[in-house]
Amino acid sequence: MMIFGFLAQTLRIAMPYLFASSGGVISERAGMIALTLEGYMLIAAFTAALGSHYAGPWVGLLTGVAGGVAAALLYGVCCIRYRANQVVVGIAINLFAIGITRFFLRLIFDSSSNSPRIAGFTETGTGFAALALNPLVWLGLLSLPAVGWILFRTPFGLRLRAVGEHPGAALSVGVPVQRVRWIAVAISGAFAGLGGAYLALDQHQFTDGMTAGRGFIAIAATIFGRWHPRLVAIACVLFAGAETLQIQLQGAQLVPSQFVEMIPYVLTIVALAGVVGRAVPPAALGKSEV
Amino acid sequence: MRAKLEEALLPPIVALLIALIVGDVLILSFGQSPAAVFRLLLEGTWGNAYGFGQVLYKATMLTFTGLAVGLALRAGLFNIGAESQLAAGGFAAALVGLVLPAGLPALLVLPAYVLAAAVGGGAVGIVPGVLKARFGAHEVITTIMLNFIVLALLNYLIAERFSVHDTLHTAEIKSGALPRLADVFPAFHGSAANTVLFLGVLVVAALWWFLFRTRAGFELRAVGLQPRAAEYGGVRVGRVWWTSMALAGAVAGIGGLNYVLGYKRYYEEGFGAGAGFLGIAVALVGRNHPVGIVIAAVLFATLSQGGLAVNALVPKQMVDVLQAVVIISMATAVPEVRRALLAIRPAASAKATA
Repeated sequence: MMIFGFLAQTLRIAMPYLFASSGGVISERAGMIALTLEGYMLIAAFTAALGSHYAGPWVGLLTGVAGGVAAALLYGVCCIRYRANQVVVGIAINLFAIGITRFFLRLIFDSSSNSPRIAGFTETGTGFAALALNPLVWLGLLSLPAVGWILFRTPFGLRLRAVGEHPGAALSVGVPVQRVRWIAVAISGAFAGLGGAYLALDQHQFTDGMTAGRGFIAIAATIFGRWHPRLVAIACVLFAGAETLQIQLQGAQLVPSQFVEMIPYVLTIVALAGVVGRAVPPAALGKSEV
Repeated sequence: MRAKLEEALLPPIVALLIALIVGDVLILSFGQSPAAVFRLLLEGTWGNAYGFGQVLYKATMLTFTGLAVGLALRAGLFNIGAESQLAAGGFAAALVGLVLPAGLPALLVLPAYVLAAAVGGGAVGIVPGVLKARFGAHEVITTIMLNFIVLALLNYLIAERFSVHDTLHTAEIKSGALPRLADVFPAFHGSAANTVLFLGVLVVAALWWFLFRTRAGFELRAVGLQPRAAEYGGVRVGRVWWTSMALAGAVAGIGGLNYVLGYKRYYEEGFGAGAGFLGIAVALVGRNHPVGIVIAAVLFATLSQGGLAVNALVPKQMVDVLQAVVIISMATAVPEVRRALLAIRPAASAKATA
């Protein structure tokens, strides 16, 4: 019984990571750095709460995705159309997301902390039964396999990987590099948008800064999983499992919570430093010039 | 010269104009008059001594973090870690403060504090530098990850070891209290501006001299412009990477004194309040030049403080949005302006950008 509770909670915590890192893999495989995931998710959580507040959870799901895609298009305009620096714009979009959601929280809901309670797909519950009733959970479980299928089983996926590894070569054989990047960035916004919608609908409200660094954990999972959907999925579950363990053992005081928080970040640095098989990013990652 | 000046000035002007338009839209959406809000913003910052003191305090912090980002960028490295370098520097200084006996005069112990803050920040900064030089790990990711790791570690140390009961800050530092500006000019009363400001001016001058008048500074800039060419010219690129990251971290760390030694006289969890991330904006708008960074720091500090001044009319978060808009449009305008100028005057601009 304990073990089911543990697994269910792990799955619940892993959901936003699975969604956002799906976006991370697609974006970075096309050469676009995914530092923006946190911002996409936060904006999406807000628009999802807005949609659900006025028209129910299904509309909230759609407005959440729309919010994530809109944020991604802003990134695309700056870094694909105008070839601005991806790191700078990425960090600025995260700052923008914090500010704009707070502003509209005041404007629309007249609060500086949270939205009113909104309808979700399920009433608050933590077991498998509650998870199975939530359509977003099923989408979340399918998201990374879907990304894997797109990347390695479709012609578009082949082009996308070519654009991320060697845009010049891709261009010379007729791949529309900029268009592929636009599509990749839009898809990553949609995935992160689902992650944001999941958060808001699962917690039945939007709260200020509710993504709380989950976008960065998704980036950590993307890198630790070496930009490969199967490994990224394992990383997401691993990180979520560590968090669950920490929550469930809180009373026991075995390891301070701050040290559990560090796990994803430490593992990512270890992976990048290459102690056991270095994580090598797509060759053209972050290079806006073709 | 003229083309160079245009290239330096056009992007910030474009960025400010766009921010102004976005600001107008946000203010109108809240049913307020843009003119009234912007007037209040100026009055609350440059219009009275207290507001101006707050701007000076925030600008001091942002100058240090902006320099930390800008210096690393001169070496071709993105230092996203100023937030944790700042915190680590402040924490190290607070620790030294707990050890030093009470009542020692500022001039005697100040070097110890500066050294502690520099070592604290530098220790955080050197890690991504070494990881880059030794393993080729990209510094953007490692500095971001280190932010989380170092801040979590500091939070642990504060919560479990060093905090005064029921607070998230250390005990007060008893030695080397630096005067606030209000001690000399009573008009500044209540504002946080303090004499670390002058330390900031000193660091700006020192870094200018280092970058443009020393051999090591020249090597650093050469690595930033073209690492392969620098290597061919005999510069040890890896060494420049880790030394410049350590130096950048040290500069951010010294910025921690602005709060720990000059303002509150203790380390408190989260005192940086995003100054490390805004430092990226400051370096960008200031074009990685020490003097430009000071100007940009004053601009962003004015916006931050101005947000509090207008909070009665519109949510103060408006300025967070505007700061982000400035960064985004600045980052987008810089390469675009360069291309546009190249198209208008190919020969002159090519010489200026070469």
